Amino acid sequence: MMELLSMGGYGAYVWSCFALTAIVIAICEWRARARHRQVYRDIEVRVKALGDNG
Amino acid sequence: MTDNQPEMPGLGRGMMAVAKRDLFLAWKRPGDVLNPLFFFAMVATLFPLAVGPSAEQLEFSGPGVLWVAALLAMLLSLNSLFVSDFEDGSLEQMLVSPVPLAALSLGKTIAHWLTSGLPLVIVAPILGMTFRMPASVMGVLMLTLLLGTISLSLLGSIGAALTVGLHRGTALLSLLILPLAMPLLIFGARTVSLAAAGDVVAGGLYFLAAYAVLIVSLAPFAIAAALRISNE
Amino acid sequence: MWKFIHKLASPPHFYGLAAKIIPWFFLPGLILIIYGLYGGLLLAPPDYQQGDAFRIIYVHVPSAYLSLMAYSIMAISAGIGLIWRLKLAHAVAAAAAPIGAWFTFLALATGSLWGRPMWGTWWERGDPRLTSELVMLFLYFGYMALRGAIDDTAKADRASAVLALVGAVNVPIIHFSVEWWSSLHQGPTLMKKGGPAMDAAMLYPLLAMILGFTLIFGALLLRRVRTEVLYRERRTRWVRHLVLSSAVEKK
Repeated sequence: MMELLSMGGYGAYVWSCFALTAIVIAICEWRARARHRQVYRDIEVRVKALGDNG
Repeated sequence: MTDNQPEMPGLGRGMMAVAKRDLFLAWKRPGDVLNPLFFFAMVATLFPLAVGPSAEQLEFSGPGVLWVAALLAMLLSLNSLFVSDFEDGSLEQMLVSPVPLAALSLGKTIAHWLTSGLPLVIVAPILGMTFRMPASVMGVLMLTLLLGTISLSLLGSIGAALTVGLHRGTALLSLLILPLAMPLLIFGARTVSLAAAGDVVAGGLYFLAAYAVLIVSLAPFAIAAALRISNE
Repeated sequence: MWKFIHKLASPPHFYGLAAKIIPWFFLPGLILIIYGLYGGLLLAPPDYQQGDAFRIIYVHVPSAYLSLMAYSIMAISAGIGLIWRLKLAHAVAAAAAPIGAWFTFLALATGSLWGRPMWGTWWERGDPRLTSELVMLFLYFGYMALRGAIDDTAKADRASAVLALVGAVNVPIIHFSVEWWSSLHQGPTLMKKGGPAMDAAMLYPLLAMILGFTLIFGALLLRRVRTEVLYRERRTRWVRHLVLSSAVEKK
């Protein structure tokens, strides 16, 4: 376990790389979902407010 | 049977006509030419003042500073490349002209380079003196700037064509041109530094020349496409 | 077959189809990544030259590969949109840009973190591969900034398409930079004559990571394209119908 963490002394570099990658991909996914929700809600609001003329 | 139709201007004539017009306009408004030149000179003279008179530092930073100053000066002049034509309707005329738009764009860029790029090349050695540049290095500086400013004129025109008529086009133009200008900056400044160190400069010069040739042959079409899109 | 493609280019069909496909990209991608991490971090032996630091390869190479792939997709779909005037193609280009920018950032960051212990420096000024990858990051920024500056969607599509195509020359430059110039960055390891120059125990997890990342990228892209399509078609009948008739849509 300690070997895994220390990575032969390079632990800080290796693990920050993996952490950064995981974080960035997660951010990408969250933002994509959030934006979709936003767009959908905006449309929903407008369509329901204007009825058939939206 | 005589043809009553007037002769349609050919590629070369159309191109030269646009270039001549722009040169004439620049002659009437020298400020457009002098502004970037003053900017170039200003950056190049302020730098030694700020950094201090240490000979080593000046010699070391000279190529880089001069090249960055030239790049910024050209960016300054590119902003207004199509703006006045856009505003007075000449751009529309260019768009509907029988002469291919790419040729007209090349004409405009030639005029732009003659008024904004070439002066920088000529003035550079004088500024090089403030950086204690030996004469042999100045020659290389001029050569790199010559090739570099040609490429920059064309690249910048693409950016200017994409951003003509846009709000806050200035900052956007710089951002658009920056990635394509980076290799020029690196190779240009580095080649001059190599010359200062007495190393071989052929490689760098070949790169800049190749870059210029590539850009000259492709950019006019990109400029034309961009102009059409910006004006629809 | 053409009918299928034709149907695909229609926004409502794409919107529905993409929703079904996304999990088929996401889950296999995740599984491949898990295998890649297990194989790369636990099973593969340390490199005789770089020790355990070489393991950064398992995130660096996929990120760099995707940064190039995303730009290629962006440029190609922008070109298709420009020539054949396909709105969906433009939507794909717009969706690919932010994802590509993120992966470019990752490639640069992980590369820098790898370079520090291996080469002794965070950055090498003037290095061809590092520079051209940085250029690509700025190309992405410029593309997104240009899109944002133009209000009319069609015009923004076309202007940014020109920009994407002009910058496309950078992709082969990045790829071949280590062959054409002397670079601090190591030369091609995977795509060279004679096959990959890498031990199998190290290679397979890497291939898994590359494939896994690509599938995840596909899922991210499809999600974003769906959103783009929804936004662009927000005033059409099918969207109105979709919103009114469905229950709460989470995705």
